[in-house]
Amino acid sequence: MKERVTHTGGDWRSYVQRLEELAARSGMRFDPVEFEAVPDAFMMEIAVYGLPVRMPHWSFGVRYIYQLIQRNMGNSRLFEVVFPGNPGHAYLSNGNGLAENVLVTAHVLGHADFSRNNLLFRRCQEQVSEHIVEHAASHARQIQQAIETHGPKRVEAALDAALALEQHIDIDRRLRRDRYAEFLPDTKTLVDDDFRRRFASLDPVAAQGVFETRKRAPVPPHPERDLLWFIANYAPDMESWERDIFLAVREESFYFYPVFATQIMNEGWASYWHARLLRDADFIPPGAYVEAIKCHSDVVRPMAADQQVALAVNPYHLGFSLWEKIIEKEGMEAARRIMAQDDDFGFVRNHLTREIADELELFRFAARSDGQIKVAERDLHALHEALLAPKYNFGAPNIAVSRLDNDGSLELEHDHVTDGRGIDVDRARKVLEYIRRVWRRPVTLHTVDQGGASMALSAL
Amino acid sequence: MTENSDDASSLGLARWYDLFSRGARDWLRHDEKVREAVREHLPKIIANGEVINDSTRSVRVPVKMLEHYHFRLRNPGDSQGVGQGATKPGDVLVDARPERGAEKGAGGEGDGGIQLMLEIKIDDIVDWLWEEMQLPNLKARVGPSDDSDWVREGWDRRGARSRLDRRRSVKELVKRQGLGGPKTFTDEDLRYRQLARRRQPAVHAVVFFMLDVSGSMSDRDRKLAKTFFFWVVQGLRREYRSLETVFVAHTTDAWEFAEGDFFQVAGTGGTVASTGLNKVREIIDTRFNPARHNIYLFYASDGDNSIGDHAPAAAALGDIATKACFAGYVEVASGLSRQLATETGRLFADAATGGLPVASFVIDDFDGVWAAVRHFFSAEAKAAG
Repeated sequence: MKERVTHTGGDWRSYVQRLEELAARSGMRFDPVEFEAVPDAFMMEIAVYGLPVRMPHWSFGVRYIYQLIQRNMGNSRLFEVVFPGNPGHAYLSNGNGLAENVLVTAHVLGHADFSRNNLLFRRCQEQVSEHIVEHAASHARQIQQAIETHGPKRVEAALDAALALEQHIDIDRRLRRDRYAEFLPDTKTLVDDDFRRRFASLDPVAAQGVFETRKRAPVPPHPERDLLWFIANYAPDMESWERDIFLAVREESFYFYPVFATQIMNEGWASYWHARLLRDADFIPPGAYVEAIKCHSDVVRPMAADQQVALAVNPYHLGFSLWEKIIEKEGMEAARRIMAQDDDFGFVRNHLTREIADELELFRFAARSDGQIKVAERDLHALHEALLAPKYNFGAPNIAVSRLDNDGSLELEHDHVTDGRGIDVDRARKVLEYIRRVWRRPVTLHTVDQGGASMALSAL
Repeated sequence: MTENSDDASSLGLARWYDLFSRGARDWLRHDEKVREAVREHLPKIIANGEVINDSTRSVRVPVKMLEHYHFRLRNPGDSQGVGQGATKPGDVLVDARPERGAEKGAGGEGDGGIQLMLEIKIDDIVDWLWEEMQLPNLKARVGPSDDSDWVREGWDRRGARSRLDRRRSVKELVKRQGLGGPKTFTDEDLRYRQLARRRQPAVHAVVFFMLDVSGSMSDRDRKLAKTFFFWVVQGLRREYRSLETVFVAHTTDAWEFAEGDFFQVAGTGGTVASTGLNKVREIIDTRFNPARHNIYLFYASDGDNSIGDHAPAAAALGDIATKACFAGYVEVASGLSRQLATETGRLFADAATGGLPVASFVIDDFDGVWAAVRHFFSAEAKAAG
């Protein structure tokens, strides 16, 4: 790997091995990580695409511009991006100074410890494989080939639909699934009609079992939440390269889910460990140490320096505070168990206590459509729910396939009871149109309107 | 999907940095999509007379970034979140916005979205429109003319140094001495390109814009006329290398104006179309030669010509129409659509039935401008055969 590094901020590499040894001595268990220093512009692209090499789509271009504007306004700087795996891949900005890189290295080891031991990560990695970076690159190449063969317009239509549904996977089922059973089990029924009797009388041997018919299972046999999988498998008129695009997007979503669902824990864990490793690392020159600690406090501070009140919670800060408290009270062993078993839902509900919420001065606010924002309450349960609400179901409405008609038309059902309200109609129509273009038959979505009455949106 | 180990090695440095502009590439694709979207709605966007800016020859169109749509829950109107800081329940952190009224300007601030200004060249727009509307390209009437131009024609043994044709000279050298051995050029070998004067066909055009500025023409009528004239000029410019414009305004009398003043002119009193038509006729006779110029006349009016003027106006129009390639009448009748059942409407209808290259159209609103542009260019193409 060494020859890949064009420019490093000081000789931070000499500290990597020592930090790794220190981490191992401190009880962290992680797979090897390959560190690579890359230019800022490349860091930005990794952040935009979520993966170092990923399929092309215009929507990434929109994110790219937003990121570019943000960076030019000086709002955000990316120190590192890390991809779990064996080996893991960590990209460090080559604009980082020595102190920053030492801190970031320790932070990356925290992530590596987390992703190797957290069960949700483990389960997803076992299914997606430990080489998501390479898989995504191969998807990108496969799609590039599709563009060359089938033209950019058709590939874009498939990607418009697939990426619009990227959150709609079923994480409780496996990545590689079999198609539904075609017939219902144990439902042989006897049919006794003239035709069959006549047939049996003509050739008793060939007619064996002719009175028994099996019953076809409905498709889908249960509401199917994995829209990407269903469309890839049951679309009546889709070409195989289009199905491959849906499956490629789906595989990447399986990779993204644990990152999404453990953000508070994971960032908190990495922040706890970079602070602790730095404190214990007596081999770091004092100047760099002070600088690194300054950098640490910038990362985990709850709000900008000139603010009194923040209208968002910094996940680094929240996670860091929770882990500090847990380790202080219950010890490292308990903390590692929690780290292995929880995701953000359990973590926040079980460990964000009244005491910590008060200490962090958390509050729930209500924002009215006219712009007024008011502090609503400090009730703990309300805080939990407000923190977790945007994380349910991969942050998307609960939508499942309810029916595949004989004519090939697709019906989707929105679970408005769970979600508490209906769907944004204008957006839904556009998404249905994306789907229709690849499904090539009518697509309907059932939801409720503002008054709670059921309504159906269709793309014909 | 199992070739990952190969991938890992092929993802070397060179490979990474090849892919560097992915963000920019996807952004360009977005930009292209925006342009496609704008192009689809182009007639609507630029029918709004305000965007025309002739000095930069471009149109600025505000556009939003495209959204890649996902299923989302309906916006509840009121939302919630978790914040951090020393507060107590009931504290108001941000005041309600004051009632938004007049001050809500053109800037799109909703959703913190970024607004882009797309600058489109008028020439591009005209190309798109002609493609979109499937308008025929006009055929220039080519006539004899006094214009001439130098064209390259043949070679000679004498000429200016600057016109020495080296390839040709070398050929002559080879012809004379054959291949092989050292060679020297003599004066005999040298060939010079020659120029000859050739007559150029007439590709000049002049457009007369005649506007009724009598009291009955409202500001809006004038704006409709201006928009229409603007696109007519753009269309004709596609065809003619040199296009002159002449602006004539009339009430009961007629005057020629410079372009800048033309649309500001407001007159009072009645309408006598023949004065304007006679003015046009006079200008044609004194300044333009129908044999060398393709002459177009476009006349915008609300149609109220004085009744006694019919005979002189018909005579003047008839005279112009025989000299001109095309004469168009556009009735800007905002509000009261009388569908050409006006005095002036009849005047042009009569001329059209008389077999002259004349057409009429009504413009009620800015959308109508496009229909009119299309109508005229199709009619003119037919007239030109």
